[in-house]
Amino acid sequence: MNPVLLWFHRTGSPPNFDRYAARWAPWAFALAFLGFVIGIYGALFSVPADYQQGENFRILYIHVPSAWMSLFIFVVMAIQSFIALVWRIKICEILAMACAPIGAAFTVITLVTGSIWGEPTWGTWWTWDPRLTSELVLLFLYLGVMGLYGAIEDRRAAARAAGFLALLGLINIPIVHFSVQWWNTLHQGSTIRLLGPSKMDPSMMWPLIATTLASKAWFVGSLLQRARAMNLEQESGKDWARQAAENAP
Amino acid sequence: MSTTGLIDAAKAQLGRDLRLVWRRRGDAAQPVLFAVMVVALFPLALGSEHEKLAQLAPGVLWVAVLLSGLLTLDSLYRSDAEDGSLEQMLMSPLPLAWLIAMRVLVQWATSALPLLLITPLLAQLLFLPGPLLMPLMLSLALGTPLLSLIGAVVAALTIGIRRSGMLLSVLALPLYVPVLVFGAGCVVAAAQGLPWIGAIYLLAAGLALALVLAPLAAAAALRIALT
Repeated sequence: MNPVLLWFHRTGSPPNFDRYAARWAPWAFALAFLGFVIGIYGALFSVPADYQQGENFRILYIHVPSAWMSLFIFVVMAIQSFIALVWRIKICEILAMACAPIGAAFTVITLVTGSIWGEPTWGTWWTWDPRLTSELVLLFLYLGVMGLYGAIEDRRAAARAAGFLALLGLINIPIVHFSVQWWNTLHQGSTIRLLGPSKMDPSMMWPLIATTLASKAWFVGSLLQRARAMNLEQESGKDWARQAAENAP
Repeated sequence: MSTTGLIDAAKAQLGRDLRLVWRRRGDAAQPVLFAVMVVALFPLALGSEHEKLAQLAPGVLWVAVLLSGLLTLDSLYRSDAEDGSLEQMLMSPLPLAWLIAMRVLVQWATSALPLLLITPLLAQLLFLPGPLLMPLMLSLALGTPLLSLIGAVVAALTIGIRRSGMLLSVLALPLYVPVLVFGAGCVVAAAQGLPWIGAIYLLAAGLALALVLAPLAAAAALRIALT
């Protein structure tokens, strides 16, 4: 068998996943912590104030990575759900469902930091702008996935139904992303480009890169931790899970 | 499956569903009654100034129609799931998506269509200016089947849950948002004298997509929920 495929199948078996998650989650959290310390130090002390917004703009170092994560995690959740629905891989069902609360948390952070920034800058906490509204709809979609997963008794059936809903909700992702281009909005357009030059000054850029990487690492750590707990719960009848529980400090 | 087989099956399914609705015609009138009452609440709550009501009328009418559609969603599969006919539909050699499409058609024709027919009357209750009736009717005519089709997919996912009313609303409303935005937005644009036909085209495009994809998605969701 192809070694990559073999690795996937091995890691996907519940006992192996448990060991894998236990090994890597602390490293991911450590990396996230380091990234946040560096990024937030840079954001608060090293970067100069913006010529228009003054000190206000510093919240973007949290707001922008969270907003990216809110979209990114939804896509990850949908991909995992797709794999779970097509190939019936148990661990993918768990991973998809473990994504939802993390994504919802990042969406809430995005909305809250956005309105804290909006009050002094736009003069209002909230406006029914397409970007803000579609981000709010994204939060509702996350909550819907979590609600549906919680409402169905059988864990595997629940994960499949909620995963299907996640695939339906994928329609909203391009709407959030392109809302600033399609409509005239109060929210500014995208400043950072992966391809081509960004409109942000390089001196302001590096803390953003640090917090972005940190939020990604946080997601990985949190996902592994949550998925591990859900995995142990579902497998609690099996021998290996009992042994893992006994060996735990 | 031959075409005649599909058409025969569609006739049988339509006949059965319509007969079921007719036998309980009191229930079938409730969505309309609900929408009328919601519309009647607004003048009572906001005061009966003509201008203010006329300004709010498109949004109020759209929300009333949307909510009454939401309330009928649960009955789309509920009774069939309880008496086991849904399992028969699942096992039948006919494509499940086709049977669901017929079911949604009956649902729309018995709950949304009557509402559409009395919309001019409701518009009068809220003093909607005459020229706005055309965009309102057009947007509702395209928007309500779209809502029914989206709702059919979401309702299929909640079929295994006993009391799913509230959850169903939470799941369906985010997906209803774009339809509401374009549907009500089109009438508001017309009220401001802006071109409004673009939103109608978008709704029509959405309906064309949903007509093809939603029954397939609902069939997949039903299989997920019932296995």
